[in-house]
Amino acid sequence: MTTAIQVDHISKGFTTGKEKVSAVKDVTFTVGKGELFGLVGPDGAGKTTLFRILTTLLLADSGSASVDGFDVVKDVQSIRKRVGYMPGKFSLYPDLTVAENLAFFATLFNTSLKENYDLVRAIYHQIEPFEKRKAGALSGGMKQKLALSCALIHRPSVLFLDEPTTGVDAVSRKEFWELLRGLQAAGISILVSTPYMDEASLCDRVALMQEGKIMDINSPQGITANFTKPLYAIRSRNMYELMRALQQHEAVESCYPFGQQHHVVFKDDRLRPDDIRTLVTPLAGDGLEVERIQPTIEDSFMDLMHQ
Amino acid sequence: MRALRILLEKEFRQIFRNPAILRLMFMMPTVQLLFLPLAADYEVKHVNVCVVDYDRSPYSHRLVNKIKATDYFQLVDYTDSYDKALRQLARDEADVVVQISDGFERSLVRENEATVFLAVNAVNGVKANLGGAYMRAVISDFNNEVRVEWAPPQGMNLQPVIGVEAINWYNPLMNYKIFMVPGIVVILVTMVGGFLSALNIVKEKEVGTIEQINVTPIHKYQFILGKLIPFWVLGLIILTIGLFISWVAYGIVPVGSLLTIYVFAAAYLLAVLGMGLGVSTLANNQQQAMLISFFLMMIFILLGGLYTSIDSMPRWAQVVTWFNPVTYFIEVMRMVVLKGSTLYDIRMHIGIVLLMAVVLNGFAVLNYRKRS
Repeated sequence: MTTAIQVDHISKGFTTGKEKVSAVKDVTFTVGKGELFGLVGPDGAGKTTLFRILTTLLLADSGSASVDGFDVVKDVQSIRKRVGYMPGKFSLYPDLTVAENLAFFATLFNTSLKENYDLVRAIYHQIEPFEKRKAGALSGGMKQKLALSCALIHRPSVLFLDEPTTGVDAVSRKEFWELLRGLQAAGISILVSTPYMDEASLCDRVALMQEGKIMDINSPQGITANFTKPLYAIRSRNMYELMRALQQHEAVESCYPFGQQHHVVFKDDRLRPDDIRTLVTPLAGDGLEVERIQPTIEDSFMDLMHQ
Repeated sequence: MRALRILLEKEFRQIFRNPAILRLMFMMPTVQLLFLPLAADYEVKHVNVCVVDYDRSPYSHRLVNKIKATDYFQLVDYTDSYDKALRQLARDEADVVVQISDGFERSLVRENEATVFLAVNAVNGVKANLGGAYMRAVISDFNNEVRVEWAPPQGMNLQPVIGVEAINWYNPLMNYKIFMVPGIVVILVTMVGGFLSALNIVKEKEVGTIEQINVTPIHKYQFILGKLIPFWVLGLIILTIGLFISWVAYGIVPVGSLLTIYVFAAAYLLAVLGMGLGVSTLANNQQQAMLISFFLMMIFILLGGLYTSIDSMPRWAQVVTWFNPVTYFIEVMRMVVLKGSTLYDIRMHIGIVLLMAVVLNGFAVLNYRKRS
């Protein structure tokens, strides 16, 4: 068997008041054994709903899904035994110490820290000095590490991480992704969600999600390779005026701010950098800089969103 | 079993790490039992009386002195203007106005009868009722005195009178504390058990820890038991503190056996906790849980028979009390403490409360869903 997660035409809606909002619309994808699979999308894309369906916390309206070969509706108990889930919101007991939290969840899974120390060592090692500290008093990064240790304590075969790096500093984020690589090497399949496009490139494969739908599934390289239109980074002194002018120009397909520059996609892919420069010069004031660039995942995402 | 043990261990740790709960556990019984019975006194004292004496005769003075002599009344004014007295009534300075009409003595001596007019401020119903009743008792006593003085020297009573002598069984001195304190102990146990359990599961929902629990393979009944047992133990501790204080402070020692009380309390707590846990699974946050519990608790306490007698409630309210666990515990407490009832005497009560426990806990287990 080579699939860890199989999602087949899953849909789920919620009723808020009289309005019916569909959070996940006909989503289908598979995650292979030992794969590090990313769900990338902005807040409200339906990532958490999908996680809750796959971890048996929520029933889908339609469609089917299986984790490690077990159906999420029928084989609930089997799934709960072999799945590790780290919710987006820190949800361990703040009034219990680090060691107590870990021991508690280990016992609920009928195991102990000692038994699986080799698996969590790399992570737990970093919070071990604070073993006697209450979980509520840990820093953000430490909390994440404790939550990950708790999700791993029963040696799950599939790990679900819902926005594990949201609200964590850049250094801790980098460290966290290195830890995930380590877990992958230990044979654990990982489904991770993130709103940060730059993290998508760290996954084996990613699914780009927007408003409950999957727009594209591919390797990070594959996603950017599909982006063939000419993409330019443009900046000048008056960025706001430039943006308005570019957005209204007929040769421009889309223009959006990207850090200190504007990323601009042109409709005609035969345009050369010199043509672009002459085209843009009348629109911009002083200090114009134009550069053809390679697309990132975010550019692909913006492009797919506009289609 | 290991899962249940770690759940209990965790729950007790959290309770003992929460100093507010611990303080509350000891403060509540102490304050409620030491001070409330002194304040929640059914005897009405210090009824303010205003006497309007239009007669100013030796007999009217005798009546006034008699009123003054009792503990219950406080003479705030002795006047000869009814209007002035009524104004005092309106200003809440007087509760009762006694008007002795002009010619009181004369008509009493000559015609053997005289009228006294009573005006009672009924804003405070209990005070008005009892104040009026006391006043009538004092006046009728005065009446008897006068009649004895005037009776023929032979001591023959011309008009036969039936006197009623009452003996109060089980509480001969009608000490209201013996009656109230066990009831307050019941309320305490109910409040601590009901509120703490109602807030508990909801707290896990609010903090989000329930998600983490729900993805583990533990069973629903294990989780509910893990919540039930700690508060069951706490409830019995509160009961012990309550009984201890009522012994030390009021010298109340149950006539019946303590075992009877504990056996009933054990069953009773299961019902109260089941209700709390049920509320907890219904509510989405602590505020909701608190308000629902408060609503239920008010009804239970007011219709529990502690402050008002169930027998004098309207029929529909009496039917409601059948479904009120507090009613049964208060009744059992009074039966055991005052009368010395045995387990056999309260078998019906235990049965009903156990049935409630099964229904309420069953609801809690069924309504707690690991999957939404």
